[in-house]
Amino acid sequence: MGEFLLVTIQVDMHDQLALRLQDDLTSAIEKKSAKGVLIDISALEMVDSFIGRMIADISGMARILDAKTVLVGMQPAVAITLVELGLSLPGVLTALNVERGMQLLRRVLNDVGSDDHFIQR
Amino acid sequence: MTTSSSGELPLLTEHDIVLGRQSVRRLAQEQGFSLVDQTKLVTAASELARNAVVYGGGGTLKWEILTEGIKRGLRLTFSDSGPGIADMSLAMTDGWTSGSGMGLGLTGSRRLVNEFDIESTVGVGTRVTVTRWK
Repeated sequence: MGEFLLVTIQVDMHDQLALRLQDDLTSAIEKKSAKGVLIDISALEMVDSFIGRMIADISGMARILDAKTVLVGMQPAVAITLVELGLSLPGVLTALNVERGMQLLRRVLNDVGSDDHFIQR
Repeated sequence: MTTSSSGELPLLTEHDIVLGRQSVRRLAQEQGFSLVDQTKLVTAASELARNAVVYGGGGTLKWEILTEGIKRGLRLTFSDSGPGIADMSLAMTDGWTSGSGMGLGLTGSRRLVNEFDIESTVGVGTRVTVTRWK
C-alpha cells in the first residue's frame, strides 16, 4: 500500500528552512511508505540555485527511498528565470498543477509495473 | 545618469538574504518592472546576497534607483570584506564552486541582469554591482 505526500511551500524560505524541509520530507517518505511526492511551489515567487538544488536533492533522495517526486505549479516567470540562471532541474519530473502531477505520478508508478489498485483516491 | 534614491541593507545572516530579496522585489515593483524582470532581479539578488553572507562573511546590499533620459533602472551593489576571489576567471566559470553550491551564483546572476561588474581583492573583499534597466 502506498500513498502520496503533498508538500505545499507557502513562504519565502531561508536556507536552513529549505534544508529542514529536506529532512522532514525524507523522514515522512519513510514513515508513510510513500510512493510519490508532490511538491507544490505555486506560491513561490522565486527559485534560486539554492532552492533549485534543494528540490533536485529531494528528488534524488526520494528516488533512493523508492518514491517518485513531481514538482508542480511553477510560475512562468520563475521557469524563465531558472532556465536563464542555468538550472534546468535534470531528473526532476514537473507538471503544471497538482491534478496533473497526480496523473503523472500514477502513470509513472504504473509504468514500472506496480499494482494498478494501490493508490487511494 | 542620475540616482533618484538609494539605500543600504545589512547582509549578515540568512534572514538578511530573505529580507534583501523582499526589498529588491518591492523596489522593482515600484519602478514598474515586468513580473519576469522582477523575478530575474530578485533571483540575481538572492544569489549575490548569499555569496556575500556565506563566502564573504557578511556585507551590505546598496540599492539605487537610476534615471537616464527616459530609462529607469535599479542598481544593486553587494559588498563584503571576505577573503576575496583569487582566480576570477575560474569563479566566472559555469559550474565551478568553492563551496557547497552549484556554482551558478556569479555566472547565473550575470545572465539575469543588463550590467554586471565584479571587483575582488584577495584579503580585502569583493564587490559585485548589477543593473537592470526597464
